[in-house]
Amino acid sequence: MANWVLKGLRTGVKSSAYPGRPDSALGVSPGRPTGTRLKSATAGDELVARCPTRAIAREDGGVRIDQGRCVHCFRCRRDVGEAVAWEPSYEWAAETGEAAAMRKLVGIFSRSLHVRFVDAGACGACMSEARQINNPYYNLHRLGIFITPTPRSADILLVAGPVSDAMRLPLRKTYAAMPTPKRVVAIGACAASGGIFGPSFAALGGVAEIIPVDVTVPGCPPPPLAILHGLLVAVERKPPAALISAVPAPATEPA
Amino acid sequence: MTMLDYIDDGAAGSRSFLQLLRNRWGGEIVASCDEAGRVCRIESGFYQLLDIAQWLTADLDFAFATLVVEEEPSASWLFVYAFYKDARSPLVHVELKLDSGTSSVPSLVGLPQGPSFDWHEREVEDLFGLRFKGHPRLGEFILHEDWPEGINPMRNDFDAKQRFEHRVQEAKWEPPTIVTAPGTFAMPIGPVFADFAESAHFLLESVGEDVIRTIPRFFYKYRGVEKLAQGLGADRALLLAERFSGIAAFAHGLAFCQAAEAISGVAPPPRAIALRTAFAELERLRSHTAAITGVCNSTALAVAAAQAALIEESLLRLSCEITGHRYLFGAAVLGGVACDLSAALSQHLGETVAEVAQRLRDLLRMLRYSSSFLDRLEEVGSVTLEQVRSYGLVGPIARASGVARDIRKLFPYAAYGSVDFAIPVELEGDGYARLRILFAEAEQSAAIIRSMMLALPDGPIRAAAVPPRPGTALTAVEAPLGASFQWLRLDENGKVLRYRVTPPSFTNWHGFHLAAENFAFQDFPIILATFGLSNAECDR
Repeated sequence: MANWVLKGLRTGVKSSAYPGRPDSALGVSPGRPTGTRLKSATAGDELVARCPTRAIAREDGGVRIDQGRCVHCFRCRRDVGEAVAWEPSYEWAAETGEAAAMRKLVGIFSRSLHVRFVDAGACGACMSEARQINNPYYNLHRLGIFITPTPRSADILLVAGPVSDAMRLPLRKTYAAMPTPKRVVAIGACAASGGIFGPSFAALGGVAEIIPVDVTVPGCPPPPLAILHGLLVAVERKPPAALISAVPAPATEPA
Repeated sequence: MTMLDYIDDGAAGSRSFLQLLRNRWGGEIVASCDEAGRVCRIESGFYQLLDIAQWLTADLDFAFATLVVEEEPSASWLFVYAFYKDARSPLVHVELKLDSGTSSVPSLVGLPQGPSFDWHEREVEDLFGLRFKGHPRLGEFILHEDWPEGINPMRNDFDAKQRFEHRVQEAKWEPPTIVTAPGTFAMPIGPVFADFAESAHFLLESVGEDVIRTIPRFFYKYRGVEKLAQGLGADRALLLAERFSGIAAFAHGLAFCQAAEAISGVAPPPRAIALRTAFAELERLRSHTAAITGVCNSTALAVAAAQAALIEESLLRLSCEITGHRYLFGAAVLGGVACDLSAALSQHLGETVAEVAQRLRDLLRMLRYSSSFLDRLEEVGSVTLEQVRSYGLVGPIARASGVARDIRKLFPYAAYGSVDFAIPVELEGDGYARLRILFAEAEQSAAIIRSMMLALPDGPIRAAAVPPRPGTALTAVEAPLGASFQWLRLDENGKVLRYRVTPPSFTNWHGFHLAAENFAFQDFPIILATFGLSNAECDR
């Protein structure tokens, strides 16, 4: 046993700098497409046609991205005439609940938060990323956040997946079993919009179809830092991002 | 063994297989083999099916791979039972054609290897509404009890976008039998349980601390992937193949691409083949490390779990650096791969996996000397060789119980025909044997990646085009959790008519109850972790 203690001590502190400072380590996030100003008009049509989940839409002078629909297939980035811009970010969580109602709850929640995770038909990648927030790099305990096995003591319900038909009742019951006040954080494109799977005969096409969602973390899957951001947004310790990435304002032409 | 040896063996294997077939059946059945001798087709009549299956499995020791059922537009049914054995034997398709008036098929569950057909038949009964005569327990399986009777989603006339009325609002599941002796009780676990568990339900029949047996229930995560794929272009259906199981996205995406390429008659360029091999092994290395993290976690060995989690995260970051995605989504494309590696990146990949292999070796050395850890794994969750054969189990679980089957050796794809590696096998079949297999294979994956990076061929990473052609293909890959069989039928425009995937978790969850019998309650998470299966992959 002494060997393990030594091994642990020798490994040292591995925690991410986030949320105090940005984490710039390579590979912590795949980044994501963002609203892009395009040179040619037909390039926008090509991008819209290539997107399998209708996450890309034409807008004046370019395309905007509905992040809740994007499944990170890279088809708007690779082998394409004019590619969308890519932002190397991870603060992706957006508020999708009623902001005014949320603010009243902050005092109760912000310093000790218990989270119950529910898999509502997730593919495994969202779940794996959610598991990573407990690893030594992301270490959510240092932020006063804990994973709890029972909904009875949970403040936040963290849900991944498009809500498969058989999971609709377990999800509703888990939500009902939580004491109020409570919040729901939906992670991943499937939980936000059904992603590649739904809506269909077998999936509802998003968590909001069955329980109210306060914070949506888009991504396929959202990296661990984005999930941490989602939890921090839920208690207003971090400002939210937008779910729609609009076309950026035109750069001012030099005179 | 070189690629050439395999091809020679294969052709000889299929010749001798045809000889065996003629000796046993004479002119009774029609059979043919492809030129390479790796696929043999047998046309079976309704009354011959049982005898042919018995002959293949009991007499020739073939294992059952998958059952594909197709509803043909001409109002008839095609059943394809696929069997496989070793590197010298062909993949055998037993094809049975039935007209639309037939509503029942002979069940094969009564054979010595009957359990391996069990779940396939139950699935077909549920999704197509066909009966298997002689099957002891058909009924609610994939579709749970609130699904309306008589609606079968895999039928051609079922609209995948249609929602349906539930039969009851609060459905209650009653398992088939419950132990009723005094003092016994049934303890339900799931579908929402533990910290980060996938949705599945386990009913433990128990007398206090001791659990007599486990009745699992799955398919809470059924998303109808095979149905959703129908009518999509192959390029679009690839997204489903990748995303039904995010932790094995590359393996399943690769199997799908190989099927589409086989139909089109396109061969990916050599550089793509080498990169596919490297990416597939990177995924296996990460997946096995995640499973090791899970095992350490289940025994509450916190420092070891943290060490394994650190390795896992560094592999996720490495995947993101080289392919742009932490889970390799989008890396496999029809005709090749989507991302090339610069010389610097390929060197970085080779060096990082070498370092990871060293860290895993250190971890294993420490685990082997932690008696409290070994006590929790040894003789826990054992699966015998006979059970593995009768249930047709695959992957690391089968290899930990003495079955040396690995698709990379049986039907070499990508660059595996020219890679030198041995299949690690353990005999005990317990949790510790499975853990040792994970470590051995992870080490091997790192070595394969390094050998690929040392001799990366030049050239393009993608075939010029994959022209649409009608046809079918059955491909197999060794996904991290075991053999994945995928059947694809495309029409002349390259649209999917039928996509059928038999992932390793589907095959292996069926055998889980064998390992979860007569154990102490506190060992349940450990048995679960040493199986390390995915419900997303199983449920599809």
